[in-house]
Amino acid sequence: MALEKPYLDIPGTTIFDAEQSRKGYHLNQFCMSLMKAENRARFKADERAYLDEWPMTEDQKLAVLSRDLNRCIELGGNIYFLAKIGATDGKSFQQMAGSMTGMSEAAYRDMMIGGGRSIEGNRYIGEKKK
Amino acid sequence: MSARITASVYTSHVPAIGAAIDLGKTAEAYWAPLFKGYEPAKAWMKAHQPDVIFLVYNDHATAFSLDMIPTFAIGCAAEFKPADEGWGPRPVPVVKGHPELASHIAHSVIQDDFDLTIVNRMDVDHGLTVPLNLMCGSPDAWPCPVIPFAVNVVQYPVPSGRRCYQLGKAIRKAVESYDEPLNVHIWGTGGMSHQLQGPRAGLINKEFDNAFLDQLIADPEALSRKPHIDYVREAGSEGIELVMWLIARGAMADTPPRVVHRFYHVPASNTAVGNLILENTQ
Repeated sequence: MALEKPYLDIPGTTIFDAEQSRKGYHLNQFCMSLMKAENRARFKADERAYLDEWPMTEDQKLAVLSRDLNRCIELGGNIYFLAKIGATDGKSFQQMAGSMTGMSEAAYRDMMIGGGRSIEGNRYIGEKKK
Repeated sequence: MSARITASVYTSHVPAIGAAIDLGKTAEAYWAPLFKGYEPAKAWMKAHQPDVIFLVYNDHATAFSLDMIPTFAIGCAAEFKPADEGWGPRPVPVVKGHPELASHIAHSVIQDDFDLTIVNRMDVDHGLTVPLNLMCGSPDAWPCPVIPFAVNVVQYPVPSGRRCYQLGKAIRKAVESYDEPLNVHIWGTGGMSHQLQGPRAGLINKEFDNAFLDQLIADPEALSRKPHIDYVREAGSEGIELVMWLIARGAMADTPPRVVHRFYHVPASNTAVGNLILENTQ
């Protein structure tokens, strides 16, 4: 019997469930290693060499190198783990979240100050904007 | 005389709030309205110091990596250090625990069919320290012992609102069976609406949040039956943190509580901020 995953029809959203967690184990554990200052320094000194110490897929490594967070999430990354990369880069959580929306940093910040992204039109994939 | 829960506090735990405090930005135009909104809560806290705070929060890939994530974890240690989340540890006091009450609650709640993980060594992240700052300011030492209670809301499936609410009731029973007249506060943290990932990041739903607050006060029994998908769809993938508020609410008496303070503000970074204080009336 298929598992119940009612969240697959939400637009622009990937739920980090047991399946994604399985795919992203090494990617997320790499991120976790950046909580130590000496690892952050080693990663910054040679990102590719540091990534090669981890049994991640090539796609996962490329997504990290290009800081493509949407791709990282698709490949099993979780935002709280990926945030460690942002911390290493000196980025705020808002800069990281904004980078996934296709908006400029300023436009995203202004949207948040204006009350955030509206729920209208954002509940279901393919939903018509009102 | 036994211990009892006299009040519950609900608050968001946005990391950027911690950063604003740590970097001395609380008076800036962006942050001032938020911190002003917490002033009544801080004043209440000063006037109603508990003996112990039972603090429900979630770990954000800090103490628990993907090596293991417990669904419910209770901190039974004597102290918990502020974690290095990647920006260096927050400059806040070490959190003193209450191992005797914590282990008593663990024993009682596990016998009530909730499978808690007992944790004796754990660093605590912004999920726990930001609420303490918001309610207590930035003292040299936190005003009382804190029992950290971590809930998995990061890796799905996460516990249902219903289970959280019933767990709260089991925690109430556990506290009331502790033979020392301790005044205990229970805090539920996280939320409110927010989504930190994907093209839908930045989602805020004020109507959902305020309806949640209304129902949390007036009809938590019905609110506890709200399915996960409603939180995720309406309040964002990280809005699911709100199920933790139901643990604190479930630990309150069955009679209607007194609403001491209610505050709502958008935004703090990517997130809608809510704060609520409820006192038991008996």
